[in-house]
Amino acid sequence: MTYQEKKSIVSLFSAVLIFASYCLYMVPRYPEEGLASADTFRYWGTFVLMLALFSVIAHIVISIIFNIVYRVTTREKEPNFADELDKLIDLKAFRNSFFAFILGFLLAMGSLVVEQPLAVMFIILIGAGFVSEVTGALTRLYHYRKGV
Amino acid sequence: MGKHLVGNHIRKLRFNQDEMTQQQLADKVGVTRQTIVALEKGNYSPSLELAFRIAMAFDLPLEEVFFYGEDTKA
Repeated sequence: MTYQEKKSIVSLFSAVLIFASYCLYMVPRYPEEGLASADTFRYWGTFVLMLALFSVIAHIVISIIFNIVYRVTTREKEPNFADELDKLIDLKAFRNSFFAFILGFLLAMGSLVVEQPLAVMFIILIGAGFVSEVTGALTRLYHYRKGV
Repeated sequence: MGKHLVGNHIRKLRFNQDEMTQQQLADKVGVTRQTIVALEKGNYSPSLELAFRIAMAFDLPLEEVFFYGEDTKA
């Protein structure tokens, strides 16, 4: 298995791990007051912003750890550039990831149309962000294994 | 993913060139080893520029490294 395939698998697992651990931390902190109180909006705003920050930092840390483990176990240096195949696969991954997020965004807006609570809209939106990240990682893994 | 119509003799040519490794060829043409793996498996059709660089690395004309459709020489 090549570096890129291993990296795709690691990014898939880290996306799941980061999202699950962050949700486990944040869900018990959901305000008990009214459904659309100022605290609830602040909670969702904090949830999204902190998730983005936490996710970026965690991804960087996991990526550094992965590169160290890769160098130690294979005694090979990881490629430090992206060639034409990497760029093509990145484009396809971005397209699928974007499509998944837009689908989630439309579903989230649809939930408002059918008069669902605001929490449902935020949950769908955040879930779409997660699904889009997983879709991107899966697309990368698929194309690195099966070709473009 | 269907098989690509552009085939190549890279594996055989590497072997004939003092068993050049995939990494050595990758370094010579400026791509990652993953790309050479994908090319040899027939999972990727290279850009024209990369195809020329690979042919130049073997010091051969393009048509002796790559072929379109069925390989008539095989």
